[in-house]
Formats: sequence, C-alpha cells, structure tokens
Amino acid sequence: MSDRNRLPVIQDETAGCGADSPSRRDFLRTAAAGAVIAAVSGCKPDAVVEELQRRHLTELSPARLQEMLGKLEKKWSAQYGKAVTVGARPPMPGVNFGYGLDLSRCIGCRRCVYACVKENNQSRKNPQIQWIRVLQMDKEHGVALNHATPYYDPEKVPEPGHFYMPVQCQQCRHPPCTKVCPVKATWKDPDGIVVIDYDWCIGCRCCTAACPYGARKFNWAEPNLPAAEMNPVTDYLGNRPRPMGVVEKCTFCLQRSRSGRYPACVEICPVGARKFGNLLDPESEIRQVMERKRVFIFKEELATEPQFYYFYAT
Amino acid sequence: MGFGEFLQGAGRQVVTGGKAYKAWVAVLVAMIGIGLVGYSRQWNQGLLATNMRDQVTWAFYIGNFTFLVGVAAAAVLLVVPAYVYHWKPIKEVVVLGELLAISALIMCMMFILVDMGRPDRLTHIMPGPGSPNWPQSMLSWDAMVLNIYLILNLVVVVHILYRAYRGRDYAKAFVVPLVLFSIPAAVGIHTVTAFLYAGMAARPYWNAGILAPKFIASAFCSGPAVMIILFQILRKTTAIEIKDEAIWKVAELMAYAMFFNLFLLGAEIFKEYYSHTEHLLYTQYLWQGIGNNRALVPYAWFSLTCSVAAFLIFVVKKTRMNWKTLNLGCVLIFSGVYIEKGMGLVIPGMTPDTLGEIYEYRPSAVEWMVAIGVFGLGALVFTTLVNVAVPIMMGTLRAKGAPVEIPGAGH
Repeated sequence: MSDRNRLPVIQDETAGCGADSPSRRDFLRTAAAGAVIAAVSGCKPDAVVEELQRRHLTELSPARLQEMLGKLEKKWSAQYGKAVTVGARPPMPGVNFGYGLDLSRCIGCRRCVYACVKENNQSRKNPQIQWIRVLQMDKEHGVALNHATPYYDPEKVPEPGHFYMPVQCQQCRHPPCTKVCPVKATWKDPDGIVVIDYDWCIGCRCCTAACPYGARKFNWAEPNLPAAEMNPVTDYLGNRPRPMGVVEKCTFCLQRSRSGRYPACVEICPVGARKFGNLLDPESEIRQVMERKRVFIFKEELATEPQFYYFYAT
Repeated sequence: MGFGEFLQGAGRQVVTGGKAYKAWVAVLVAMIGIGLVGYSRQWNQGLLATNMRDQVTWAFYIGNFTFLVGVAAAAVLLVVPAYVYHWKPIKEVVVLGELLAISALIMCMMFILVDMGRPDRLTHIMPGPGSPNWPQSMLSWDAMVLNIYLILNLVVVVHILYRAYRGRDYAKAFVVPLVLFSIPAAVGIHTVTAFLYAGMAARPYWNAGILAPKFIASAFCSGPAVMIILFQILRKTTAIEIKDEAIWKVAELMAYAMFFNLFLLGAEIFKEYYSHTEHLLYTQYLWQGIGNNRALVPYAWFSLTCSVAAFLIFVVKKTRMNWKTLNLGCVLIFSGVYIEKGMGLVIPGMTPDTLGEIYEYRPSAVEWMVAIGVFGLGALVFTTLVNVAVPIMMGTLRAKGAPVEIPGAGH
C-alpha cells in the first residue's frame, strides 16, 4: 500500500503540514455554498460548512486531524455522558495481522458476536448490526453455503449433526471492496486491516455488493446505541459511533490490536477457537497454528487471499 | 438580443400548450409530488424505509438506473440508421434522440442519488473537492462518463436549437464531430455500467463477459421503442414529417437486436443449467424460484413472453407495418426489457447472498413512490423540452425578426 493510503501519524509534525490549509477564497466559496445548503436543508450552517470543507483523510495534516478528533471527543462525551476518547492509532511497523479460526472447536455459541457488538458500538436494534455471522452447517455436507443458516436457535449448542463457521471481514490481501469504492473511503492499511472512513463514505454500497463474505454492513437507519452501553475507548477508523447511511465492518478491533491487545472476539471465545497474532513474527500464535496445523482460506477461488485462516485443530 | 432572450423564449414556450399538454404536465407534477412525499420519508428514516437490506443491498432504484442508461444510450444510437438510410428528418431524429437521452440521464442520476446513503457527500466523488477512485472504481468512471455524455448532448441540442431560433443553420464543423463522438460515448456509458456489475467476482450471476454485449443488445430494443411511439405522436400533433419507412426500419432493427438479446440469454441459460455448478442457484431463483421463494418467477416469464412476442411482431413484415401491432410490440419490448434489465438483473445477482441466505426482496411503498417521482420528473423534462424544440425546428418559434426558413438548411 502506498503512503497516500495511510492514516497520518499524529506524532510526526513535519509530514503533510499545511497540505490542507485552504486559501481564503476557497474558504469563502465553501462558506457561501454551505450557507445556501444550510438554508435549504435546515441544518446548522457550521456543520454544513465543516462537512464541505472536509478533505480526504490522507490529505489532512496531523494538526488538523488532531483538531477533528478533539471535536468528535467533545461531541460524543456530551452525547453519551461519559469521557469518550477518539484515537487515530497508526499501524504498528513490522506488524501484519493474521487471524485463525478453529472450526473443530467452535460450538456456535455466538459469544463472539455479542462481545463484538459491545466492543465496537454497533447499533443495538432497528436494525441490529453484527459484524460476525456464525453459520450453522451440516456435517454431512461440509462447508457448503447452500446448506448453511445463520438463524439457528436451539436450547443448547452445538447441535448433533452440525458444525459452525463464523464469518467476518477476512481482511483480504486483494480486497474487492476497496477497489470498487468510488471515493477512496476504504483502504487496506500496512498492518493488513481494511479500514473505512465513516465520515467520507457516501453510502453507495458498491463495497457491500463486491464483498464475497457478506462482511460489510450498512447503517440503514440512525444507529441505536444506548448511552449506558457505549464503549468510550474508541478509534476514528475503528469503533467510534457511526452515522446513518454509511458502511461498517470488522477491523480486527484496531482500537485494541494496534495497542497490543487481542480483539474482543478472541478474548471472549470460551473454547479457544480463535487465534490472533502477527504474521511477521514466527513465534506468534497464528504462525504457530500455520506451522503445526493445516489452514485453508474461504472462497480461495476468488483470489482475495484473506488474512483470516480457518483450520481444524483436531 | 442573445442567449438570454433565447432562454426567455424557450421559457415562455414551456408554459404554452393546449389543454392536453397542460393536463399531461399536471399529471407529471402530481407524480413528482408523490416522489417528494416518499423521499422525505426516506430522508427521515434512512434507507430502512426501503426494503433493501444487507442481503439485497441494491434493488429497485439501481435496477431502474441500469435500464435507463440503456434508454439514454440507444436514443442517440438511432442516429446511425438515420444516417445510413438517408432519412429525411435526420436533424430532427438527432435532436429528439438527444432530448430523450438527456431526460433518461437525469432520471439515471436521480436514481443514483436516491439510492445513496449520504447524498450530502456527493462532492466526494467529484475531482477537486472529492477523491474519485480512478482508475479502479467502475462507479467513479460511470459518474464521469454519464456526466460527459449529458453535457455532450446538452451542448449539441442547445446549439442546434439556439441557432434555429435565430434563423441560422447549426455550425456543421462543430456539431458533426460532437454527434459522431456521441455514438461511441453512448456505447461507452452502457459498457461501463455493465462493467460495474460484471467486475464483481463475488456475484457469479453478474460476473460474466456476456453482460456488456447483452446490455447493448437490450438497449437497442428499449430506447427505439420510445422513439417509435414519439415519432407517431409528433407526426399527428405537429408538422414534423417522418416517413413510414423510417419507423418500420427502426422496428426491423429492433427485431434483430431482440434476436441477439434472446440468443445471449439462451447461451447463458444453457451454460448455467448444463454445467450445473453452485452458480446455477441465481439463475434458478429467477426462472424457477428456490423452494417457496418465488418472488421473481412470474415476472421473469412475463418478461420473456413479452420479448419473444415483440420479436415475432417486429420480424414479420405484416405485423411490423400494421400500426396497431407495431405499437403493441413497442409496449411489449419496453416491458420485457424493463423487467429483464431492472429487477431481473439486480435481484438474482444478490439472491441468495454471498453467505447463501435468501432474502426475498419486493420494493416498499416508499421505493414505489420515489420511483414514480423520478419517472415523473424525467417525463416532465422530456415533455417540456420537446414542446420547446419542435416549434423551433418547424420554424414557428423564432426570435423577433429572424427568418423562418433557415438559409442553406438542406439535408
């Protein structure tokens, strides 16, 4: 990935400074347009001017980005009644994340689904958004999507005759979703994570159509996130609250993983079916799995080359 | 006296018309009103007001968009036979075709706009304030070519009409190259739109090389169908002369296009059913349904029946030259292609979804209302444009003191 597609690193004051300082004329023109739109749509003029003045994330100077994050923190702290932090954690050098999922251990309990919802501030209802979809499959058919359902609801899992395959963003090495985005609102970071700038996405849903794994979810309505359940430790490209009309998906919990922690789904899994680590470190858990077990990738015929591996440990 | 005066004259003509014209405009304005009511509901609730969901993420709006790109492309492509067969009113065919293209393009853009989750961020796709993802994203290409095509058609039409209004012939050195360029551009907009779908490996139903040629073939059916009906109305209500032979020729060309379209359809169906891979599911969903999920099946067969019947009508000389059957054929071909290129293309592409789930999509009330509004707007644009263009072309609407007969305007 080119430097252009990287989030600006906040500590580095020299990089890209002043790149977004708009000329006075530009500002006046945008302000005038903003006032007109505000008058027509009944929105606050300040908000509209700010929206129109916004540039692509990679064109923002670190100072400007910091200012933007500060504003978001203030806004959400007031809205949710708690001290919300919005980071912009850069990818760590020398790290390329990989994920392993042990299909022989997964019992289909969906604890990962709900831990993810809680950690990542998804909309709780109308509509409920989940980034992980656990598919129940028949043992007699193996991994076959025409014999799979996410809507199973027994008293106890696992059910006889079935096995379970959780699917989430596969963080492809050749992501079809970033390719089709008409506005570069989504890209793959150097640590392997495919991210979305929710404040740049136009909601055209090309990426949802292009994703072979159903990983991308659209905010069909204003997200419903009760203040009491809001996770205040957030990242701009990760779990911060999303607006209506944009696409979101799993980011390997980058607000955690980029600080050296496990994603929430790995932590919660009661049977240890989920493995996570740095593909560039031969001692990491994921590399150990790849060394000792045989892994496979989902829909390998599409050549998306996921960084998400399935395996059977037993 | 200049361009401003021309716009004023055109503006006066927009509101000039008989009772039938005014009644028709009133109907269209009412349709737009319905659309506004629907869209305001969608604006408040979000796209949840539609029946689209994560499983079927594009649907009725995008289907209409795709169909209308075909109409926009084919209207201009009529210039080719008009030129090859030396039709007398070639200038009129060009102007009317481009007016239809302009109206269809406006509808295309409206359908994209109403489908967007964040229409307020439209600037993000524009070069300059935004960050268009060239050359990778087919949608950013599509936005560009559709806009270029729209501007191209506007420039040509406005130039011809403005000159005629002033009693002068159009500048050949300016118009002819632009019209010639608009022919590959017409093919281009439809090809890029086909690539938008065909480029998605995640959706086997779309991921076929046959898609772009099929788009072009079906466009050659739906666009001219509108033109044939329009030619007949204009012949009756105005002094425009359009020969019977010209209309019959268009109908004959439509028969060939429909034959090619049906042939490509048959080739696809053979491949899917004979090879019988997991990809068959999507085709099966359209033609047979999967289990109890049969929402599209009646429409698919209705569409095929319309297309085959229209093909027969247009290929047989006797029915092609009979006005009643000809017009029936136009309606049939339009309906057949509308279903095939709209819902018949978009929905099976996403049903079952990429993880095998079947979500049966049917448009919601809001989607119907918004679509009615967009079609109303497009029809209103077309009606008023034609109402201005025809008297200018016939010499009854002129700037003060401008000659009625255009000097040197032989064809």
